[in-house]
Amino acid sequence: MSEVLLKIEGINKRFGGLHALSNVSLHINKGEIYGLIGPNGAGKTTMFNVLTGLYTPDEGSFTFDGNDLFRAPPHVVVNTGIARTFQNIRLFHEMTALENVMVGRHIRSKANALGAVLRNKATRDEEAEIEAKAWELLRYVGIEDVAYERAKNLSYGHQRRLEIARALATEPKLLALDEPAAGMNPSETESLKALMEKIRDGGVTVLLIEHDVKLMMGLCDRIAVLDYGKKIAEGVPEVVRKDPKVIEAYLGVAHE
Amino acid sequence: MDTNKKLAVFIASAIVLAVLPFVVGNTLGNSWVRTIDFALLYVMLALGLNIVVGFAGLLDLGFIAFYAVGAYTFALLGSPHFDIHLPFYISIPLGAGLAAMFGLLLGTPVLKLKGDYLAIVTLGFGEIVRIFMNNLNAPVNITNGPQGINLIDPIQIGGVSLGKAIEVFGFSLNPVHMYYYVFLFLTVVVVIMVYRLQHSRIGRAWVAMREDSIAAAAMGLNIRNIKLLAFALGALSGGVAGGLFATFQGFISPESFGLLESIMILAMVVLGGMGHIPGVILGAVVLTIAPEVLRDVIGPLQMHTFGKMIVDPENARMLLFGAAMVIMMLVRPEGMWPSKRRAAEFKDAKKG
Repeated sequence: MSEVLLKIEGINKRFGGLHALSNVSLHINKGEIYGLIGPNGAGKTTMFNVLTGLYTPDEGSFTFDGNDLFRAPPHVVVNTGIARTFQNIRLFHEMTALENVMVGRHIRSKANALGAVLRNKATRDEEAEIEAKAWELLRYVGIEDVAYERAKNLSYGHQRRLEIARALATEPKLLALDEPAAGMNPSETESLKALMEKIRDGGVTVLLIEHDVKLMMGLCDRIAVLDYGKKIAEGVPEVVRKDPKVIEAYLGVAHE
Repeated sequence: MDTNKKLAVFIASAIVLAVLPFVVGNTLGNSWVRTIDFALLYVMLALGLNIVVGFAGLLDLGFIAFYAVGAYTFALLGSPHFDIHLPFYISIPLGAGLAAMFGLLLGTPVLKLKGDYLAIVTLGFGEIVRIFMNNLNAPVNITNGPQGINLIDPIQIGGVSLGKAIEVFGFSLNPVHMYYYVFLFLTVVVVIMVYRLQHSRIGRAWVAMREDSIAAAAMGLNIRNIKLLAFALGALSGGVAGGLFATFQGFISPESFGLLESIMILAMVVLGGMGHIPGVILGAVVLTIAPEVLRDVIGPLQMHTFGKMIVDPENARMLLFGAAMVIMMLVRPEGMWPSKRRAAEFKDAKKG
């Protein structure tokens, strides 16, 4: 039995009268690629925002790596080791690719205002470390040749990769990716898949939300399916894909 | 630029800045040296506001309040009003620290506000501070109300008072000259401070927050602390400038800290080039000196061309000044000397 990294139990989230998540429980194990799928409006992104601290759940429990993160604000969640990307890419557009990744190092560095003004040796060393690490991550995701380009001028695929590099800069234990393959062509998707496998093999657990069921089946170690805010299935891809409830949710049920 | 060129530029500007008050004083008169002293004060103020507006992207229309806090701190601790006479090296840091605390005081309630709403609250804050200064003369007289505080101590360095002219090697050093060097020194300190802040993880965090605060929070940035830090550090340099203003003038009253002053400082930041330190310095210098130049030019020019005064020079200069700002913003909205990044932003916006 592998070790559980993230554990949520009985999470509820309501927006007014809309019950976006009802009693959802998930366990994500260390070192796996965990997929969260479901039709449009199933509550995937809501779940995602709960896991990253952007939304506060109404009820339930949320522990990560031994820390209680129930209703924790985003910066605490990141500090504990969950980093994310956004469905509609949210880079710092006017900063260069390199600077974007350097912002990701913020929580793993500690120079304060006084240190910055005095520019003492500790601060200079740290700054050099931040930059070196940022370069390393740009190389890791394969976009070091556009390091000095402003983020908004990058191609779509590069922006996606930059967002991943920026998230990795926070040294996460869990990397949560919100539809990273959206809008990519098949060859871009293929190389993204290779990148995600590389990240997992590097020791970072990956949580993935995706529409592309085929990609998910080939990539994920385990999958959970959400429909109307409820978890209707969880398990290895081969089992999930044959689950009648999943088939019904995606294809509808035949009326005789 | 290579190192040699940089060194040459550095030495040249150091020499120019060192002899400037004497050249100006001997050719144009000491009132112009005084104007230059004020320009330095405004550089400090504009650089402080630039931290809040330019780096962190928080519109602040009450910045003059921190100038007032610094000025009143100095005045109360160095004047016959309470008969306390602390030396400047205590009261200026004290004023700066107190201003920073006021920065936090303003920052805390406005953490969730942005744009127009933030502007309105900060505007109100600036007015509250001014009105407090105006009314804190009863029941206990603290600020002496609208009469202001008079006979504020001049700076004393090693037994030499900067308030009186002295003779050095046959040169006569006027207060405006001596204050120039004090102001210049502190301006350089402020410039180094903001430059280093900008190029640190804190500076990056400000820019990240300005661009997308949700993404910044998702990167683990503590938005609350970063905002408060911007308010406090901006206020700090405003407080330093305020203390210097009080001792330089020898007299302060609430009138000096009105909304128009806040707007002027904001105009220096915007017109110079928001977020770009050289641009902001240029903006502050130009906006301090231009009205004075107009004052000297408009009257004589009218006499010369028309043989009589048609428009009161005092009105005409504000009219021209206002028109120049309008034209500037229409023709060059990115400011006189924007950063490369910002210039490109505006270029893109025009194309798109």
